[in-house]
Amino acid sequence: MSMLVLEDVHTHYGKIEALHGVSVEVNKGEIVSLIGANGAGKTTLLMTVCGMPQASSGRIILEGRDITNEPTAQIMRSGLAIVPEGRRIFSGLTVEENLHMGGFFTSKSEIRKNQAHVYELFPRLKEREHQRAGTMSGGEQQMLAIGRALMSNPHMIILDEPSLGLAPLIIKQIFEIIGHLRDEGITVFLVEQNAHQALHLADRGYVLETGKIRLHDTGKNLLENPDVQNAYLGG
Amino acid sequence: MQDLLYFSQQLINGLTIGSAYALIAIGYTMVYGIIGMINFAHGEIYMIGAYTALIAITGLTALGLAWLPLILIVALLCAMLVSSSMGWAVERVAYRPVRGRHRLIPLISAIGMSIFLQNYVHLAQGSRNIGFPALIEGGFNFSADGAFEMSLSYMQITIFITTLICMTALSLFISRSRTGRACRAVSQDIGMASLLGIDTNRIISATFIIGAALAAVAGLLLGMYYGSVDPLFGFIAGLKAFTAAVLGGIGSIPGAMLGGLILGVSESMTSGYLSGEYKDVVSFGLLILILLFKPTGLLGKPEVEKI
Repeated sequence: MSMLVLEDVHTHYGKIEALHGVSVEVNKGEIVSLIGANGAGKTTLLMTVCGMPQASSGRIILEGRDITNEPTAQIMRSGLAIVPEGRRIFSGLTVEENLHMGGFFTSKSEIRKNQAHVYELFPRLKEREHQRAGTMSGGEQQMLAIGRALMSNPHMIILDEPSLGLAPLIIKQIFEIIGHLRDEGITVFLVEQNAHQALHLADRGYVLETGKIRLHDTGKNLLENPDVQNAYLGG
Repeated sequence: MQDLLYFSQQLINGLTIGSAYALIAIGYTMVYGIIGMINFAHGEIYMIGAYTALIAITGLTALGLAWLPLILIVALLCAMLVSSSMGWAVERVAYRPVRGRHRLIPLISAIGMSIFLQNYVHLAQGSRNIGFPALIEGGFNFSADGAFEMSLSYMQITIFITTLICMTALSLFISRSRTGRACRAVSQDIGMASLLGIDTNRIISATFIIGAALAAVAGLLLGMYYGSVDPLFGFIAGLKAFTAAVLGGIGSIPGAMLGGLILGVSESMTSGYLSGEYKDVVSFGLLILILLFKPTGLLGKPEVEKI
């Protein structure tokens, strides 16, 4: 059963085409990793799913619904959540306020329930509940970004480089949480420069090269693929 | 003693005008904070608020209503309603279609809107000054044995109290309410807010409505304080309030409040101790100084991003 399908998606920034017909499928309950070099278009692909920018041609289907031409806010209200590149937490708001923004369109009781759940996953955030989010460490901010995404009861969560710039110990924790998300039944679509860990965790993986899908296979097979090893796993 | 009374008088006058500037400045600063544009039609929204209040007062008096607090409250509500609708409509008609284009385009659209609204009121209400009835008269007088008498009028007290109520309500709204929280989030990262499923257009409309409502309050208060309105009523006041917003740090709400008060006091001090002719020189000179030495304004924060 597919959660998300991209069919021959092209995306332009002005006149420059960044994605040249990408097809990707993410099944319900899977962790799918997308790896690729800097500038390959990984972030563009994820943001196109969110409608920012919108695809210039092709189709994007989320849980059976064509979302290709829907505005971002509408897409993000239909079971999809994102932990964007650079986290983009609201640094001037407190930790709790950030979480509330994540559940903006849900009910008060949902917010209470999800907030308790996020604090269970990340006890650290509970300790910092009333602190301004911008004053926290990078790892804590990343936890907040994941927690904020969980506030909307997502069926699928997109993570863009969640380990970027973090200490190895924190990265380990973040990957544990991603595994835990799958156990909760949330589908995960993950972009990582940390290809080794990402493919290890993933059920399947895609390799994106200059705006095109080069390879796709199970995470295990990609880890053993000599081309992938050479290009992305440091030989 | 004389000197002290004279100084206090200037201070009172300055704070009165300053509170009204602050009320108008909120609209500039909130809109700038959220979409990064200067809403040059904001002064006209304030002017329309003053006209609406005047029309409401005249109408209610003609109907035979005599109880002053009721007249004022109804007039205030009418002014806020009309100005808010105007603020909302201006954004929909003139700014939203050009949002995301080059920065100059919304700016020019705003100037066009300002000219349009001024001329519309010219046509609809005539270009002459219209007297605003002095509904709140009298006050307290203090004097030492000397000749100078310091006065604190009931009108000034009304301005202080109304401003205080509005500012408190606004602060509570911004810090506690769901929409207020969303306003802060949108002003920090509008793209991220839509990635959380927030309808950012509604939040933008809300800021225009709030700013316009506060400008309408200032319109009623200053209309009564000055005793007359004309279609250019909003032009200078708008420019001053904009200066106040920049002075305090554009995008910062406490900054707009502080900027308004500083500007008001510096103007009245200049009028009191130098000459009334110099007051605009001093206020705009102050703006230049602040921009030279602290370009982000008094309470504005430079953009820092933690990666």
